[in-house]
Amino acid sequence: METEKSKGTPLELFWTFFKIGAFTFGGGYAMIPLIEKEVAENKKWVTNEDVLDIVAIAESTPGPISINAATFIGWKLSGRVGAFFATLGVVLPSFLCILAISYVLRQFERVQAVKYAFFGVRAGVLALIIKALSTMFKQCPKDLTAHILMAAAFAAVAFFNVSVLLVIASCAAVGLAATLLAAGKEGAA
Amino acid sequence: MIFLDLFWTFFKIGAFTFGGGYAMLPLIQAEVEAHGWMTTAELVNFIAVSESTPGPFAVNISTYVGTETGGPFGALCATFGVILPSYIVILLVARAYEKFRESRAVAGCMSGLRPAVVGLIGAATVSVGQAVFFPGGISLAAITAVPFIASAAIFALMLMLLFKKDLHPIKIIALSAALGIAIGYAFGL
Repeated sequence: METEKSKGTPLELFWTFFKIGAFTFGGGYAMIPLIEKEVAENKKWVTNEDVLDIVAIAESTPGPISINAATFIGWKLSGRVGAFFATLGVVLPSFLCILAISYVLRQFERVQAVKYAFFGVRAGVLALIIKALSTMFKQCPKDLTAHILMAAAFAAVAFFNVSVLLVIASCAAVGLAATLLAAGKEGAA
Repeated sequence: MIFLDLFWTFFKIGAFTFGGGYAMLPLIQAEVEAHGWMTTAELVNFIAVSESTPGPFAVNISTYVGTETGGPFGALCATFGVILPSYIVILLVARAYEKFRESRAVAGCMSGLRPAVVGLIGAATVSVGQAVFFPGGISLAAITAVPFIASAAIFALMLMLLFKKDLHPIKIIALSAALGIAIGYAFGL
């Protein structure tokens, strides 16, 4: 697919994505500017337009955006081996960091000052979730079907304890059916 | 068998999450609570830890829950589980990604998934809100007590800083932790 671009060795891919994983706080979308800078601008492994494509693919495939992006870029540069090393690199920093933290977090949570800190932090996290919700709402399609699905998904889980998996699968099916129906009508007209 | 359970649960989470960051929250919340691995309050605490440590939320939470329930090998099983769906799907899609990107079926599924995720995060916000403001259940006594008023004040301030000043999540967490400690000691909560 690509012609004369400098391609990373597995080790280079591992190390680049290790750095990206180690310096992104919050993950997901926070990682994209860093990927642009490291992979497109510094290494010139892909172009900036490629990064946009990669983000679009990462959004419409299951799983965390950062993992999807790392796997995809790794694959593009050196096939399956590249995909493996890029993914390993992006995961490893957070895996090691949390593994270390896990052992002290429980003890740490018993300290009175930490209890108070978490008391405050929980209110702050709720604000962060609402901010994320508002951003996602703005990016969401605004047609009637979308609004109905949004309300139905909310009500199903908030009031009727329907399984989240079932809601996700049904909404995907409804979206697919609605799109195919609309396309069929266009084709017939 | 805890290791298999961890792997399979996080595999499902990885396979059914679309979009970055908090898109994963509803499914993670449903699964870890159903297994009794974490309470909502503990999950909210961990979101704060995850925002302040490197890497994607999905990897952080799978590593943490894995370590807590099955030690380092549990962490490996859970994290491997959450990554695997992404990895497989990207390798399948990467070959024909132009086709994938322009596929009507993919666009159709996404048109249902985007609003679903918004609705689901809305539902998660309600239950997180309950855990933050009314950890002991909703009552008149709870609404007039210091913890509720303090949480509400921190929440309102952080919401304003997020929407008006676009403050970075880490600053939100640091600030709400500091306020929690100050209020906690001042009122002897």
